[in-house]
Amino acid sequence: MPRTLLTNYPRQTDRFDEMLDDAGRLRPSWRVFFDHLDNAAPKEMRHQLDYVRRRILENGVTYNVYADPKGADRPWELDPLPMILSRDEWKDISGAVTQRARLFNALLGDLYGEQRLLCDGSIPPALVYGHNGFLWPCQGIRPPDDVWLHLYAADLARSPDGRWWVIADRTQSPSGAGYALENRSIVSRLFPERFRELGVLRLAPFFAALQESLAHWAPKDDDAANPQIVLLTPGPYNETYFEHAYLARYLGYPLVEGQDLTVRDNRVYLKTLTGLKRVHAILRRLDDDFCDPLELRGDSALGIPGLLQAVRAGTVLVANALGSGLLQSAALPGFLPGVCEKLLGETLSMPSVGTWWCGEKAALDFVAGHLDRLVIKGAFPSQRLEPVFGSELEGAAREEMIGRLRAHPHAYVAQELVRFSQSPSWSAPHERRLLPRGVVLRVYVAATPHGYRVMPGGLTRVSSATDVRFISMQRGGSSKDAWVLSGEPVSAFSLIKPTIGKADFVHGGSNLSSRVVENLFWFGRYAERCEDMARLLRVVLTRLVDADAEDELALLSACETGRALKLLPTLTARKPTRREIQNQLLAAMCEMEQSDGLQGGIRRLLWAGAQVRERFSLDNWHALNRLQRQLQTYAKARPALGEALAFIDQMLLAASALAGFAMDDMTRDDGWRFLIIGRRVERLVFLSKAIGQFLRLESARHPGCLEWLLELADSIITYRSRYMAQPELPPTIDLIVFDEANPHAVIFQVYNLIRYVARLERGLEGIPGDADDGLRAALTRLRTFERNHDFATGGDCLELAALLDELAETSASLSDRLAMRYFTHVGDVRRQTLAA
Amino acid sequence: MLPDARYHIIHETRYRYASQVSISRQLLHLTPRDCPWQTCLEHHIELDPGPIPGLDESRNDCFGNPVRQFALESPHDTLMVRAESRVELRPRPLPAERPLAGSPAWERVRDMLDYGARPVRLDACRYLFESPYVCLKREFARYAKPCFPPGCSLLEGAQALMARIFREFRFDPKATSVATPVLQVLEEKRGVCQDFAHLMLSCLRSIGLSARYVSGYLLTRPPPGKPRMIGVDASHAWVSVFCPGEDEAAGWIDFDPTNNLLPDTQHITLAWGRDFGDVSPLRGVILGGDTHAPEVAVTVTPDEEPAAA
Repeated sequence: MPRTLLTNYPRQTDRFDEMLDDAGRLRPSWRVFFDHLDNAAPKEMRHQLDYVRRRILENGVTYNVYADPKGADRPWELDPLPMILSRDEWKDISGAVTQRARLFNALLGDLYGEQRLLCDGSIPPALVYGHNGFLWPCQGIRPPDDVWLHLYAADLARSPDGRWWVIADRTQSPSGAGYALENRSIVSRLFPERFRELGVLRLAPFFAALQESLAHWAPKDDDAANPQIVLLTPGPYNETYFEHAYLARYLGYPLVEGQDLTVRDNRVYLKTLTGLKRVHAILRRLDDDFCDPLELRGDSALGIPGLLQAVRAGTVLVANALGSGLLQSAALPGFLPGVCEKLLGETLSMPSVGTWWCGEKAALDFVAGHLDRLVIKGAFPSQRLEPVFGSELEGAAREEMIGRLRAHPHAYVAQELVRFSQSPSWSAPHERRLLPRGVVLRVYVAATPHGYRVMPGGLTRVSSATDVRFISMQRGGSSKDAWVLSGEPVSAFSLIKPTIGKADFVHGGSNLSSRVVENLFWFGRYAERCEDMARLLRVVLTRLVDADAEDELALLSACETGRALKLLPTLTARKPTRREIQNQLLAAMCEMEQSDGLQGGIRRLLWAGAQVRERFSLDNWHALNRLQRQLQTYAKARPALGEALAFIDQMLLAASALAGFAMDDMTRDDGWRFLIIGRRVERLVFLSKAIGQFLRLESARHPGCLEWLLELADSIITYRSRYMAQPELPPTIDLIVFDEANPHAVIFQVYNLIRYVARLERGLEGIPGDADDGLRAALTRLRTFERNHDFATGGDCLELAALLDELAETSASLSDRLAMRYFTHVGDVRRQTLAA
Repeated sequence: MLPDARYHIIHETRYRYASQVSISRQLLHLTPRDCPWQTCLEHHIELDPGPIPGLDESRNDCFGNPVRQFALESPHDTLMVRAESRVELRPRPLPAERPLAGSPAWERVRDMLDYGARPVRLDACRYLFESPYVCLKREFARYAKPCFPPGCSLLEGAQALMARIFREFRFDPKATSVATPVLQVLEEKRGVCQDFAHLMLSCLRSIGLSARYVSGYLLTRPPPGKPRMIGVDASHAWVSVFCPGEDEAAGWIDFDPTNNLLPDTQHITLAWGRDFGDVSPLRGVILGGDTHAPEVAVTVTPDEEPAAA
């Protein structure tokens, strides 16, 4: 069979090819895999590619939603063909990267300790004292066993002569290990036979080692057998939040944000629904300078005030140690060979890409003379400087660059241009073709009590076709799984427990963080608020469309009620025309500035939802996102009346789907209970206020007015089926206030709130159950009123209105009491204070 | 030479919050540090609401300053921190024994501090670079240059710079806050002692010299015949310039640009660091409350006078 895949494969001789040797023959480690590819039927390959696409889409969509609700999202890209590394080659790589981890760990020990390397001139003080990543307050703090780096990653590239070089180091909180796992889980299922036959080394034991290490170094409580370890994320707006969530789930650690944690008495605690729970170790994905606003960056809203003092007291392990971001400087590599000799007494095994720090006079002169062969970068990550290619600078631009280098030499680094090696990627548009693409391999190392241990494999990043100089997921690159071949069968170890015993069964979530619960509560409230607002708008807009003069009264009374509830704008004219009413209503619905309008409601709903994203289904999410986008276009171009009504119908449909999901698909834990309580509280406030206002209207007995009230309370169908006549006041009030079976009746909300709050307090021990006292009293008063009044007079109306006002206040204060007791006060501002 | 001096200092900071603060954590640089010319004889900190166990535990920060911290974990709407100290000051060796003109040329010091893969004076290198309140920019180098002509001795240059700032800048407590960038201070030519210190540091570091920020107090003289008023003083700030001697021994010379003088036995040192941020007397994080500025009252009384209550 002709090697068709090879005939079309364009080789570039100025780069190293991972698959082919100089003579164009397959490298031994690629033979088996390539033969499989070459012999695969096109149809089979297509199926497999579809599988990848589907899996990526599922997760990719998730990634998008997490990454940026404003729309600048990037799907995760995975090329199905793995990067293949032989066992011998891996031995060299793993030895070199392990050495580098040991070196960096020792370097951190010196720079945050005695600083002998600074004293003797081995490392320029500018790279430490002039680096934002040097955390001065962390000087002198020694982590357990002097381990600063628990997880380290190196980006490796291969030069045309086949040697590996380190092109970047990740010492802060290396990202991508979660994506490597995700890639592996997809690709190994794509080529299961090849995977077994080649004996590809597994990733799971690496993560198990990481877990064990963190547990090993976490401080021990007297009573607790297992240390509580959490994964600290900056939050859902971080670009790699998907990975944080994925890793947290995989490692079995609660995913927390800074405000979920609090320091008391120099110990760190997780704020859960059932109280404070001690935290022994924090695997952080938050940059270290943001971790403690008291001693580090004061403007950080993400950190944990007092964390540093807890670290000093040794009551919590932070991984990586605070301050380890210091080594992420492009200027450092040039000094590593000397430092390696000094600290380890060893020769640095794998070189870094050629680097000149301009802070040295000789280096600066060299850089100025050889600019066209070099890339200029910022010496410190905080500079956020885009790399500048010297070869692209001519004339004045070149002189200007050299002037900049001379003015602030400390801030710049020049690096050799790297020509990445190429590895075959599967061409998406062509049926059967391999395309060469530049690759960079990110290799991960974890500290263990027995030394550093490498993850066999890693995240392979692939350049896009258009710009091979960069390899970056942010520039449209792709990724690959990396296979390290052992040549023999490997253990099928996996972190997923093979059997789950009865003792392992998990019910509910006792570690529900207060923040999650608070967001669920507000999600419930905002969902209901949007629904109420939409219903009110529909009531008024439909009457604008088809009401005759007779219904003028209904229209105006509905407007008036909406205005009293502060849900509709105050009409400017005393006797507004229909056109004026319509314009004002549509403005209220669409405008961004109307923070109380539908637009603001949906925005808040999405915000609260984004914080607890993983609890909802994708369908719900898409529906809401679509509505928001639609509304944003209306802000620019006002919709016609019919269009607006259609939108409101969609809105109500989405809202009822969301409600249905909550009732039918969500687990009945305390989180769910808070969501439902939020909904009931909001509906109770709305109904009480709306009906209370209505009862004060002169036209309260007018059938047209009663009709819209029934619509507003979503009870018109029930009314019609019960009475088959024009609405009258007493039966209407009976249906929407006193009917226990009507989910849109006032009393239904009260009963259910009492029930859920009681259930909540039963489940959460040690909390006095008095939150619903006000509700019980209100219920009694309502029942008494029902027995003694028949709405024969207007006085009855006013009395009930007063009762409903009280009820609205009671439910608002219930909301406050729940917040005081259970929530983290997400809205409470934390601020820095300075006094001279 | 001036005689030794003893002082009694009360530094009171009071926050009145418009809304309740549920948790407050504070880091205190209120304890005078010991140095060759200064000894802290007595020191005590009082809190309201208080007391808080562990407040008396002090540690040294990375600049060698004593620092204390506390956390108030129950709701409160006022916070008062009162530090009381007694210190003894001895005259510093300058300028009588080592006149400013005898110091090394400023370019020599600059070149010595530049990196050259040789052993360095670490304590000087810490204060060479940008820090949150100190900027390295051409504008500052330009402002400093006339004071540092070629071959000028380091300390004469520093004195000329101090004098220039004193002449050209107006003391104006309303012009700036702790958040005012130092470049704006340079443009508007007004501010308070912290601003002038940050400005002088920016100028010195922009031309490659090493200088640190000193936080402390200054003895003020009541008008003749009038008794000392309680609490009218404030905390003070000035700078200290690194100047190697012939024997390369430690050498830090203080300059007070707000008053155009070389601090001696009337400047009481609390702490030093790269800038205000490292040594602000009270740095905190509160949950709740508001951004209301604190009331600060400082009283420095020489020992020959009866101590203030």
